[in-house]
Amino acid sequence: MKTPAEYYQRNPDRHPPAYAPGYKTSVARSPRYAMISLNQSAGEITGPVFGHNDLGPLDHDLIKNYTQTGDPVGERIIVHGRVLDENARPVPNTLVEVWQANAGGRYRHKKDMYLAPIDPNFGGCGRTMTDENGYYFFRTVKPGAYPWRNMVNNWRPAHIHFSLFGSSFSQRLITQLYFEGDPLIPLCPIIQTIGDPDAVEALTAKLDMNASIPLDCIAYRFDIVLRGRRSTLFENRLEGN
Amino acid sequence: MTRLEYLQETPSQTAGPYVHIGLAPGAAGFEIYDQELGRDIAGPNAKGERIRVEGCVYDGTGSPVKDVLLETWQANSEGHYAHPEGGGPVEEGFRGWGRVITDFATGEWGFDTIKPGPTKGRNGRMQAPHIMLWLVARGINIGLNTRMYFDDEAEANAADPVLNLIEWENRRATLIALKSDRDGTTVYRFEIRIQGEHETVFFDI
Repeated sequence: MKTPAEYYQRNPDRHPPAYAPGYKTSVARSPRYAMISLNQSAGEITGPVFGHNDLGPLDHDLIKNYTQTGDPVGERIIVHGRVLDENARPVPNTLVEVWQANAGGRYRHKKDMYLAPIDPNFGGCGRTMTDENGYYFFRTVKPGAYPWRNMVNNWRPAHIHFSLFGSSFSQRLITQLYFEGDPLIPLCPIIQTIGDPDAVEALTAKLDMNASIPLDCIAYRFDIVLRGRRSTLFENRLEGN
Repeated sequence: MTRLEYLQETPSQTAGPYVHIGLAPGAAGFEIYDQELGRDIAGPNAKGERIRVEGCVYDGTGSPVKDVLLETWQANSEGHYAHPEGGGPVEEGFRGWGRVITDFATGEWGFDTIKPGPTKGRNGRMQAPHIMLWLVARGINIGLNTRMYFDDEAEANAADPVLNLIEWENRRATLIALKSDRDGTTVYRFEIRIQGEHETVFFDI
């Protein structure tokens, strides 16, 4: 019988390096020594467990979860997809959290001073749990691009931040969703921290006309892959080694 | 060439400067959720010693990283994690996971929890009590994993298989929090240096 064991090691070529000088802030915020690679034990193969009691009924609907006088301004979109692992198995009942700027590219954050206005009806965050098939969806407005201080004329492409837990602390991941066809993608120093074009493509949500709601909402599909888990064919090496 | 049919992990991207909106909106300046997650690590029923942990994260220039967000993951006082594979039962309300935000003016952070017990490591070797920490911030391209140990566990620390894995003995001290007493509260101080002199040991888990 197969026994679940460790999670597959991360492929560093799939991720941005800690030190990526084109993204200037990473220069002083990146370790210089190599990380120590650990064989996983109980702490690494476990992680926090969440339930529907942790969430409110509108947490996944960014169009409705901060409304004061009406719906927020912007292009109404649905973002949906599946959370899978590297074995292509669904990751069920896992927490997915998102945050984003409003349609003008402004964040509701005390530290964001961009001149585009706050939308009184838009908070900019949401959260949901995947179902038994690893499926999730949010409704929101498409975020705007915005300028940021790196080189003097850098702009972030429209993006939604995603936070994922999986089933273990070693699967913890924060990433960003970009939108298919955005001309700012190849110009973005943060995206360009990733060296592998296929990996960048994996962060690009695809227009999904079939999931769009006529006369209401455009849909984008965004599947997410978390680290997969090894099955031990002979013995439980987690205990045995 | 035929390829095996594994998927590849979605790449990481920085959490950015506004991570609080998504993970701790109260800190960003607005209330939206009935309950923010990760505020109560141990819960009211956890056995063991109540402790406070405080610290600061520094960048390569020695400046505090004022916008960092940390997550914590730990066992209960009996060494069990709140998870189906966590090694045993935990107290009602014990989650063992927390989200920690900084004071934006100073970069100082702190959290309240219980001191974890020793946990079973590989090959049955016991691991000294420790709290796992995960750091994200603007400029951090992929979350950084480290561990915090306790300076009043010298014997257990000396036998800990992970600390002993660190070849450079002088670097092990970067993972040890320093105990003090403040008006009857046990406080452990833990500085994290991302880069530069006394750079903290980070783990690829």
